[in-house]
Amino acid sequence: MADDPILALEGITFGYAGSPALFDGLCFTLRPHERLGLYGPNGTGKTTLLRLIMGLETPQRGAVLFHGEPVKDRQTLHRLRCRVGFVLQNSDDQLFSPTVLDDVAFGPLNLGLKRGAARDRAMETLESIGLGNLAERPTHHLSGGEKKMVSIASVLSMRPEALLLDEPTAFLDDDSRDRIARILCGQNLARIVVSHDKTFLDRTACSLVTIRQGAVTEFTCADAVT
Amino acid sequence: MNTWGTMNRSRPAKTPFCNLDPRTLLVAAMGAAVCLSSLKCAVPACAGLALAVALAAASGPPLVPLLRRLAAANFFIAFLWVTVPLTMPGETLTSLGPLAVSREGVALAASVTVKCNAIVLCFLALTANLDAPIIGCSLERLGIPAKLVFLFLFTCRYIHVIGEEWRTLQTAARLRGFLPATTAHTYRTIGNMLGLTIINSIDRSQRIYEAMLLRGFQGRYFTVAELKAAPRDCIFALLFLCALVALLYADTRMGTSHG
Repeated sequence: MADDPILALEGITFGYAGSPALFDGLCFTLRPHERLGLYGPNGTGKTTLLRLIMGLETPQRGAVLFHGEPVKDRQTLHRLRCRVGFVLQNSDDQLFSPTVLDDVAFGPLNLGLKRGAARDRAMETLESIGLGNLAERPTHHLSGGEKKMVSIASVLSMRPEALLLDEPTAFLDDDSRDRIARILCGQNLARIVVSHDKTFLDRTACSLVTIRQGAVTEFTCADAVT
Repeated sequence: MNTWGTMNRSRPAKTPFCNLDPRTLLVAAMGAAVCLSSLKCAVPACAGLALAVALAAASGPPLVPLLRRLAAANFFIAFLWVTVPLTMPGETLTSLGPLAVSREGVALAASVTVKCNAIVLCFLALTANLDAPIIGCSLERLGIPAKLVFLFLFTCRYIHVIGEEWRTLQTAARLRGFLPATTAHTYRTIGNMLGLTIINSIDRSQRIYEAMLLRGFQGRYFTVAELKAAPRDCIFALLFLCALVALLYADTRMGTSHG
């Protein structure tokens, strides 16, 4: 069905070794075209929630469903990762290829595209967000804002149906934040944006949620005041 | 600006070899290294050095970086000059107090110096203008194991990041009044900083691996670079091969006549 969740977390219990459980029976869904802003203090499990979705952490109980199918084996996990883009907080962890073009083409090549097609896809993606001029630049020569935008391009080139972004505006100036907000607003994709920047979330998310006592709950203006 | 010899730049410098397929250049440089290192007689070795000098001159290098690189290679050769003539048995050429300098030792050290410089010059002339990504891609297409290519590319990519982390730690220490000296405190501090750099690097490698998995990585690293060999590559390879064969032939003939 068109409105069936892309992602669903069912009864997730998770805690890091030696720490109290972050989530106990957490339930959460992301539907097509839903734009969620995940807001909240440090240490509440915002990044962990994204990592659980992407299979980088394994829940002690519960299941992650991708289009209703439990993500249990490597094939389903690979399919999920090819369809859901995750932009990491630190771009230096995300951009590992020698040049921008190589990095943006990395995902399409893994999807099985031929070299020429992957290169075209990468160039098209870079140009669509105004970064075509960076294609041949070494990734470690980019500025912080450019790195972040290339990180986003590197997942957009895989044509995902959902985007997860972890602190996309951390350490960026106003101009870069504005460019990233415009890039995101130009994408008609379901997304979860984790950020401490409420102004940015107001621009890029339709509804704000927070993690309170291990559960994802709606975030209201009153919460912001308190 | 001619940036000959830099690993990463956006626009390669113009040299007579810049239009050749990088694979041809890498194979030629490796072939030259094998051939030159196997020469035994002085004349072919000097001819090899002359060939390398000609190649280097043709590639039009800026002199200072070229000399700096040659100096780095010759720094290690200097140790040979200090030890080999004095320790190798043979006809005494001269004496330095109780130590005898042998003719065979000097000949061997000279031969190694000539061959080493020839090999370094060949590599600099042929490959110094290639970017790290192109070298990685060429090595992959030449059948070098994917893991080695992967290691090479990642080293090129992350050496800067690790270096930056190290400099950040140094700055952080300096900002809190740290002045290196020959004290236990200095050694402990530098040890801590090195340890932290290593831990950060390990953490980073974990995160990079995760980032790769997140984009569908399944153990094989692909690149989009297209490499195409042209007739000029065949001509260059043929001429270069002839030169190397001529050196080997001359070396064999001279070796036989001396033997």
